[in-house]
Amino acid sequence: MTRPPFAAFLEEHRVPVYRFLLASVGPGDADDCFQETFLAALRAYPKLREESNLRAWVLTIATRKAIDHGRARARRAVPVEEVPHRPTNAQVDGDPELWRAVRALPERQRAAVVHRYVLDLPYADVARALGCSEEAARASAYEGRKKLRAMRELEHLGGRP
Amino acid sequence: MTKEFGSMRRADVESASRLAAQSVIDAARRHGLEDVAVATIDSPVGELLVAGTRRGLVRVAYPDERPDLVMEELAEALSPRVLEDPRALDQVRRQLEEYFEGRRARFEFRLDWALAPSGFSRKVLEATARIPFGSVSTYGEMAKRAGSPRAARAAGNALHDNPIPIVVPCHRVVPSTGGIGKYGGSEWRKEFLLRLEGALAE
Repeated sequence: MTRPPFAAFLEEHRVPVYRFLLASVGPGDADDCFQETFLAALRAYPKLREESNLRAWVLTIATRKAIDHGRARARRAVPVEEVPHRPTNAQVDGDPELWRAVRALPERQRAAVVHRYVLDLPYADVARALGCSEEAARASAYEGRKKLRAMRELEHLGGRP
Repeated sequence: MTKEFGSMRRADVESASRLAAQSVIDAARRHGLEDVAVATIDSPVGELLVAGTRRGLVRVAYPDERPDLVMEELAEALSPRVLEDPRALDQVRRQLEEYFEGRRARFEFRLDWALAPSGFSRKVLEATARIPFGSVSTYGEMAKRAGSPRAARAAGNALHDNPIPIVVPCHRVVPSTGGIGKYGGSEWRKEFLLRLEGALAE
């Protein structure tokens, strides 16, 4: 009875998951990761324990998809002058520089920063999504944030990190 | 930090995630992960919630039953993989629309009886499904066809719990003593449907 119909689950969590993926993989790839995340969730859904924290569970899946995606991309990476911009239905680059900086963070720091500061999750949930202790999640978010600040300051001085 | 991320436009995330959710539903259908598809259909007797499985139409609900509760019931009874997917129910929608426009006397899609209890109730519903458009029968007759001629009242109860009203035409079953009798989905709907089918004098 506590496990809602998947339609309700999708409706309730689609915005935070999408927001997380936008921040983690960028607008060009958020749609693909979103689809993979919810299809994986749909596959596992009937066997899910009823008392599970669904928000934390789906963000854990999204975190893994974002990390896998980052690895696949790194393996494929070919240096090009300008990355062709795939059409996307998301017009969400409020601050493109900051987004780029976030995506340049190491995986774990990036995920921690996004979970904590974009999705406003408590550290207990960040830890669950990352599969680490609360202290480790706190440390990753802190490190990530420090690095972002450093990158921003460099930009303001006219240099690029 | 939070403020900087706040510059993302909320409305854009909302609509982009809505489109992305739609493509999840399309992919789920293609991958065979959609156990129950639901849709709402406008009709003169109110907005109907219809649900289908791979086997066929499994549920029709009047708006008096809250749609979110009906979906929970489907998740509980059939599978939690319930998706809102009007496309999967196009055929049902089309035929119901034709029925309400007076252009269709019988439905040609398959039914899934998963929500109909087996035994006597199920037999009553199956007998009811065979009453032709435009005619009526009685509770006693349905009981008889289900194998228990004296169980008219029990037949009435089975019809009251019909999971697929309109399509399994429980509105065509009336008391032998006259009048149109009761209806699980409010009597005015029963009267409306019988009039639509030309089964009521006057």
